[in-house]
Amino acid sequence: MEFTQQFVQQLINGISLGSIYALIALGYTMIYGIIKLINFAHGDIYMVGAYIGFFAVTQAHLSIVPALLISMVVTGILGMVVEKLAYKPLRHAPRISVLITAIGVSFFLEYTSMYFVSPTPRTFPAVMDNVSFHLGMFVINGQQMLILGITFVLMVLLTYIVQRTKIGKAMRAASFDTETAQLMGIDSDRVISITFGIGSALAAAGGVLVGVYYNSIDPLMGIMPGLKAFVAAVLGGIGILPGAVAGGVILGVIEALVSGFFSSTFRDAAAFAILILVLLFKPSGLFGKNTREKV
Amino acid sequence: MKFSKKSLRMAGLLLGAAMLGGIFAGCGNEAKSDEIKIGANFEMTGNVANYGSATLDGLKLAIKEANDAGGVNGKKINLVTVDNKSEASEAVNAATKLISDDKVKVIVGPAVTANVMAESQVANDNKIPVIAPDATSPSVTVENGQVKPFIFRSCFIDPQQGNVMAAFATKTLKAKTAVIYVDSSSDYSKSLGQVFKEKFEAAGGKVVMEEAFLAKDQDFKATLTKIKTANADVIFIPAYYEEVGKIVKQARELGITQPLLGTDGWDDTKVVDIAGADALNNTFFSSHYSEKDKDVQGFIEAFTKEYNHAPNVFAALGYDAGKMLIDAIKRAGSDDPEKIQKALEETKDLQVGTGKITMDKNHNPIKSAVILEMKNGSKEMKEKIAPEG
Amino acid sequence: MNSIRKHDLLLLALGIVVFAVLQGLISARIIGSFWQLNLLIIGINVIMSVSLNLINGYTGQFSLGHAGFMAVGAYVAVVLTTNFHAPFIAALVAGGLVAAFLGFLIGLPTLRLRGDYLAIATLGLGEIIRIVIMNIDYVGGAAGFKGIPHYTNFTWVFFVMLVTLFVIKNFVNSSHGRACIAIRENEIAAEAMGINTTRYKVMAFAIGAGFAGVAGGLFAHCFYIINPSSFTFMASFNYLIMVVLGGLGSITGSIAGAFVVTFVSAALASWPEFRMIIYALVLIFLMFYRPQGLFGYMEITDFKLFQRFKGGRK
Repeated sequence: MEFTQQFVQQLINGISLGSIYALIALGYTMIYGIIKLINFAHGDIYMVGAYIGFFAVTQAHLSIVPALLISMVVTGILGMVVEKLAYKPLRHAPRISVLITAIGVSFFLEYTSMYFVSPTPRTFPAVMDNVSFHLGMFVINGQQMLILGITFVLMVLLTYIVQRTKIGKAMRAASFDTETAQLMGIDSDRVISITFGIGSALAAAGGVLVGVYYNSIDPLMGIMPGLKAFVAAVLGGIGILPGAVAGGVILGVIEALVSGFFSSTFRDAAAFAILILVLLFKPSGLFGKNTREKV
Repeated sequence: MKFSKKSLRMAGLLLGAAMLGGIFAGCGNEAKSDEIKIGANFEMTGNVANYGSATLDGLKLAIKEANDAGGVNGKKINLVTVDNKSEASEAVNAATKLISDDKVKVIVGPAVTANVMAESQVANDNKIPVIAPDATSPSVTVENGQVKPFIFRSCFIDPQQGNVMAAFATKTLKAKTAVIYVDSSSDYSKSLGQVFKEKFEAAGGKVVMEEAFLAKDQDFKATLTKIKTANADVIFIPAYYEEVGKIVKQARELGITQPLLGTDGWDDTKVVDIAGADALNNTFFSSHYSEKDKDVQGFIEAFTKEYNHAPNVFAALGYDAGKMLIDAIKRAGSDDPEKIQKALEETKDLQVGTGKITMDKNHNPIKSAVILEMKNGSKEMKEKIAPEG
Repeated sequence: MNSIRKHDLLLLALGIVVFAVLQGLISARIIGSFWQLNLLIIGINVIMSVSLNLINGYTGQFSLGHAGFMAVGAYVAVVLTTNFHAPFIAALVAGGLVAAFLGFLIGLPTLRLRGDYLAIATLGLGEIIRIVIMNIDYVGGAAGFKGIPHYTNFTWVFFVMLVTLFVIKNFVNSSHGRACIAIRENEIAAEAMGINTTRYKVMAFAIGAGFAGVAGGLFAHCFYIINPSSFTFMASFNYLIMVVLGGLGSITGSIAGAFVVTFVSAALASWPEFRMIIYALVLIFLMFYRPQGLFGYMEITDFKLFQRFKGGRK
């Protein structure tokens, strides 16, 4: 009985954690899907989003929802600027160059932020009352519900944009085959920009929610979650949106279970182990289709 | 592939410039005879940058006070700061630079035990005294039963803290079972966990579960859920305030209501910001001083005036180290490292920021400890424990 | 054949001259201890970057986990010297062999992956290695391993570096090396031409890993203490930057890259925040304007000045 109780509690913990990974993974998967770039700097975009949310709440004294929106908009614009300045000129360069540029952008964001806001972690003020709901023996608290709620809303919104709008159609077309999409009259530059914008906005939402949930943010907070979100995206099938969400939640749950039943010092290793296993046995991910390269 | 002469020249110039710059950077830096050069080797970037920066702030205040009062023995103190990036290898690099390039007479820091240990060899080889302000592991000053001749510290050691908390748990809180939750990336945390376990079990208690986390972790709910099932009387968390704040908050959210015990790493106002005043009720931790102690008010006021925020325990220890050093230089009458070493050994009844200290034969200060209780976000002194001499 | 032998001997002679000069400067205390330490670090970084270049530059396999192999070599070496009082050379060799073996084991399954996926997989593996080490209490776990004897000095580093350069240079100029380059240029075509791509990829990976392990052993005996936090993917990135800066596919380039990065790092040590920002900007700038790095595919001996010494090439 105790085991089940602990198990379910860990599930709840894991799903909340996983929702954050899902938000970041969505951005990764969208960007990779469209220009085949692993945006190493994505984790740092998440971090910038968290800080913008922090300043919105502490300096401008906004409540959580406006802070979230402002952070998403500003960070979305930042993402588009980064793409225009750093990635667009290298669109036809060898992959290693772009990857290294991404690493450079990542360092730049991290250490420039560190210069301006200092490496000391900042504490997010409590933006909502700390309510805990006790469902029988399980505890789920108000902030976990907030994360789940906002994540759900954002995902519904994203699905709507991708499936029902013209720009969404353009995004889908461009990620399937960029050249043909251009032949069909789609302005791929614009589509790529918007993809970066939306991906970054989602990451920013994740950042603000993490600030609210865990209370502390620091300039290097994006590195690990960024990598893990990539693992989540690969797990679900890179380029596939529902896959990113599924991957994120599954990764979160596995992490919680490994921490709870084995040892929390191995939790990061678990994420990478999953990555290796997926890449070795089903590289197209859970939702992906096996496409064989013909020579 | 074309390799233009222009880029070749550019490459050559770059290399040449880098090398020349390096060599020139190493020249000069002789001490002026009317100043005393002290080195500060601290973690300014990297994992534990907050501890290093805070300690350095305290040290700087002590030095500023001395310099404003006319210096020591008529000379001003020149503090040379180097960042060791929170890494042991860089700590060695930093110490080497301070000793051979900057020609300092004494080094204060680093903050964390691992980095002090790394630096010790270099310091001992070069006969430069080191004062470790925050490192509490006993092996910093004593190794294999031998006292390291040039290493001193200005804070109490882990066995003292661990003893104090274990005694408090068994005698005052009457706890019979405990869970120990340590930071496995910190020597400080691990050795405190061990000391507590020994003393707690020697007093008849039983440690029912031992768990670990890593510095910089954000999410502790998984392990805390596991700890909750142990239903122990107390949970001992000898770690630093950044993680402790989150652990305490998440523990209370999960419904863990038992008393939570800690050590001096908890002592920072941020722990209240992170965990919230409510979550911190029913927690107790050992530390070096209580804010309500009248002896400490002078330091707290001076620090707050200088930096616009209250000091935390690291800053206080940095200040103590500074005071200890200045006193030793005064009594030595010169800035000769070996004379300073002797003077440090003879430190007696010196009033520093957090109380009075006397150096013992192991180069550790004899200081009292306090146990603080968190009540509605403020630290109340629960007990003051005199040193065991 | 003769021209190669003559060439090697000349380079060896040059190496000994450079060593004698530098060692002389050190013994005469003209080079202070700070720069002495940095010479050691440069030497170790050269070994790391040249070995990484074998994998990334010559074979075209994007490995981001090199620090993991360094960690394995380091820990094996220190356990042998500190706990079992083994001689230094034995510890270094053992560290290298274990790292090479690990490289072989890891390489076999993962080198099937391509490009970005391989990059992230190797990054993940490097992290897994580090996390596993961090959980082994016997080697001190996350708090690190202490009390390591200070065996590393300039002589050791320099000669191990020479050996590394010699071995890798000869590998690259052999038929094995040419197979690797073929794989880099076009893996499918190489396979079609009958080259066993898996065999050569794993070979390059294992050799690169082995030398990283030896470098790890040297590194570990520099500072009396080692810690898993010295072997994170940030460290791997550092070595990658040295290789890319110098030029993927050029041994001279890797040496130059190691020099420049270490110097810049040491020189900017007093301005820690700016150091990383400048680093980042240099990287981006480099990728924009000179992605082939300082030397591209050229070696220093390809320049006209050295052609006379090479013989056999008019």
